[in-house]
Amino acid sequence: MAGEAGRGVKIRIKDVKKEYHGDHGTTIALNGVNLDIMENEFVCVVGPSGCGKSTLLNILAGLHEATSGDCFLDGERIVGTDVKRGVVFQQYALFPWQTVIQNVMFGPQMKRMPKAQCQEIARKYIKMVGLEDFENSYPKELSGGMKQRVAIARAYANDPEVLLMDEPFGALDAQTRAQLQTELLKTWEQEKKTCFFITHDVDEAVLLAQRVVIMSARPGRIKRVVDIDIPYPRDQGTKSDPRFMELKAEIWNEVYQEYLEVRK
Amino acid sequence: MSKQGKRPLTQAEKRNRLINWLWLLVSLAVALAVWFCLSIGEKTARSFPFIPAVIDGMKTMLDRDALLGDFTSSMISVAMGFGLGFVTALPVAFLMAWYTPVRKIIEPWINFIRNIPALAYAPLIVIMLGVGRAPSVVLIWICTFMTMCITIFHGIRNIDNTLVKAAKVLGANDMDIFFRITLPATVPFILTAVRLGLSAGLTTLLAAESTGAQAGLGMRIRTLQTTFETNAMLGYIILIGIIGTLLNTFVDFIERRLTSWQEKREEA
Repeated sequence: MAGEAGRGVKIRIKDVKKEYHGDHGTTIALNGVNLDIMENEFVCVVGPSGCGKSTLLNILAGLHEATSGDCFLDGERIVGTDVKRGVVFQQYALFPWQTVIQNVMFGPQMKRMPKAQCQEIARKYIKMVGLEDFENSYPKELSGGMKQRVAIARAYANDPEVLLMDEPFGALDAQTRAQLQTELLKTWEQEKKTCFFITHDVDEAVLLAQRVVIMSARPGRIKRVVDIDIPYPRDQGTKSDPRFMELKAEIWNEVYQEYLEVRK
Repeated sequence: MSKQGKRPLTQAEKRNRLINWLWLLVSLAVALAVWFCLSIGEKTARSFPFIPAVIDGMKTMLDRDALLGDFTSSMISVAMGFGLGFVTALPVAFLMAWYTPVRKIIEPWINFIRNIPALAYAPLIVIMLGVGRAPSVVLIWICTFMTMCITIFHGIRNIDNTLVKAAKVLGANDMDIFFRITLPATVPFILTAVRLGLSAGLTTLLAAESTGAQAGLGMRIRTLQTTFETNAMLGYIILIGIIGTLLNTFVDFIERRLTSWQEKREEA
C-alpha cells in the first residue's frame, strides 16, 4: 500500500527494537517497528509523548543504535551519522558563537570545500529561507522562527538525500508555525527530498504528509499508516478542505485513544 | 568582531551607563565615610588610619626601597603560579570530562584539598622546596589549579549535547567537534575559571609568602604586623584589593570581546 509504482524504497526500517536500561529496570522504547519510506516521500509520524518517535528518528540519524533490527538507506545498513541524512532538531541547535552564514556553511566546510564555495552554497540556502539581511547576525539576535529557518537552511546546505525533522516547529507560536509549514511545503514540492517528519500536531501531519504513521506507546510500535489522498500543492487553505477535516478527525481520534492508554 | 561593538549606544544605554557610574561613586563615597568614621573612633583609629596617613605609610615603604620590590615579586609569583595552574587545569579538566576513571580519581582529591586553608600546608611546601620563590609559586599553582580545574570541568560537562549531535550529522569528525564545538562552547567557562583563578591566586598570596619569602606584598604585611606599622599595612592591603579589581576588569573586557555571542541575562 505504500508509495507508487516506479519509485524505490529510500528508507527501510526492519524489526527495530530499542531498549533502555535505566535505574528503574528496562524500558522498551520501540518494538517490532517496520516501515518502508519511498524515494521523495513525505512521511509524518504522530503519537503520544513516550511512543518512541524521537528514538526512531535518532536511530535513523545514526545518533542512537537499535538494540535489534536494522535500518537501511538505499539498501545500505545505517551505521553512525552521515551527511546523506540531514537532521533538524526542535531546539534549533544553532552554534551560538557563529553567525547565520557561518552556521549554514558548517556542513560544506566539513566536506573541506573551499571557503568561497561554502559561502556561495550558504548564501543560496539563506536566500531560500528569506534571511539574506541577517547573514551576519548571531543566533541570539534572531526570533525562534528565524532560528529554525537557519537550521533548515543549514540542513539543506549539506544537500542531504533524506531530511529527518524532529518536531521542528514544536517550539514556535501558531502563526510562525503556519508560515514555516507553508514554506516547507513549497520547498518540498520543488526539491522533493525524502522527508521523515515527527510531530505531535495532527493538523501539521495531515497538512504536510503523503502518509501519516500513527504510533502507540509502551512499547512504541506502529499502530496504523494512513494515506493522505489530498493532492499537492497544499497550503494553509487545505485545512478547510472537507477531506482534510475527515482525515484529521480520524487520525486525531486514534492518537487520543493512545494518549488515554498511556495515561492509564 | 561582534556587531554590538560597533553600533553606537542608544540613549537608554547611555543613561544606564551613567546611572551605573553614579552608583559606583555613591558606593565609594559611603566606603570612604565608613573608613573616615573608623579612623576617628577611639578603638578603631589605630587599625584604620585615614587616607593621608596611609599615603604617608606607603611613601615610607617607597623610601625604604621595599614597595616596588614587593609588588614585582608578588606579581611574578602570582603570574607564574596562575600560569602553571591554567596550563595544567585546562587539559586535566578535559581529561576529567572525557574519561570517567580520571574524574573518579581526581575529583575527590580536589574537593578534599580545596577545603583546607593553604596556610595550613604552606610550611610543608617550604620544608620540601626550601626558602625562595619556588614554594610561593607552587602554593599558588595548587590553589589556582583546583579552582580552575573544577570550574572548567563543570563547564565542559554542561555543553549542550544537541550541538554536538548537530555537528555530527553535518559531517564533523572528533577533531572538528573538539575545535569547532567543545572549545568555543567552553570559552565562557574558561573565562569564569580565569576570573576565579586570579582571585584565588591573590587570596593565597599571604599563605604563599608566609614562610621564607624575601619580598612580596603578603610577606611585607606580616613583617609590618610585628612593628605595628598599620599605616603601611593598610596601604598594602588596599593595594592587593586594587590589583584584584583591575585584573577582574581586564577579564570582563576580554569576556565582552570573546563571548558577545552569548544570550545575556539582562542586568538592571
